[in-house]
Amino acid sequence: MQVKSRVHSGVLYVLLCGELDEHSASYTRITLDEIFDKPKFSKIVIDLSELSFMDSTGIGVLIGRYKRMKDRRIPIYITNPSAHAEKIFKLTGLYDIMPKIV
Amino acid sequence: MKYSNFMEVTFKALSVNEGFARVCVASFCVQLNPSVDEITDIKTAVSEAVTNCVVHGYPNSVKGDVILRCELEDNVVTVTVSDKGVGIKDIEKAREPFYTSKPSAERSGMGFTVMESFMDEVQVTSNSFGTSVRMTKKISVASNALVG
Repeated sequence: MQVKSRVHSGVLYVLLCGELDEHSASYTRITLDEIFDKPKFSKIVIDLSELSFMDSTGIGVLIGRYKRMKDRRIPIYITNPSAHAEKIFKLTGLYDIMPKIV
Repeated sequence: MKYSNFMEVTFKALSVNEGFARVCVASFCVQLNPSVDEITDIKTAVSEAVTNCVVHGYPNSVKGDVILRCELEDNVVTVTVSDKGVGIKDIEKAREPFYTSKPSAERSGMGFTVMESFMDEVQVTSNSFGTSVRMTKKISVASNALVG
């Protein structure tokens, strides 16, 4: 798993590259928290175009980040999910808390 | 004549082996010529089952074995993921959507729900000597790819 990020016009863009499963969850969780802890944005967009695999462990990681950002009132959006990721998001209702944007 | 094949591997219940388990089953199933969606569904279900072994079957630092078996009967894939861990106390509860025995660990509690949604049938047997998850899925266009 590789996590890339950049801030543009007050929006934090995060690109997840690789596979998000139990093995990579801990690293992904810690890395995202380090990036999210910086107070220089008011919105987060997580780009999944480079995410080649994800299971429900990934949903747990994303929900955990949502709960942390909810306290700071910073919304998180999902963009470019694969058909596979989309299937899991719809099944788990993740889009209810992290809406998809184009 | 009925087409039949199987493979079985045993590996240590470490999260690093999840990717291996997914690729292993996917590679074996290729002989049935599944669609990308079908193979991704199977890989995801395998990942969920192996994660359960790693996280719940062997909750302590001492990790035992995971036995991964994949059987092909005509165009039906049956994957069985077994451990010799602590077992599941309440299978019915464990299969409920969003139920997790480890809420503090940011678990989604959707593992069995994903397995049930992505496979045609999921059977779980468990006792104090371990757990076995048996999942089946029918591959839609298998007839033109069977080899033997």
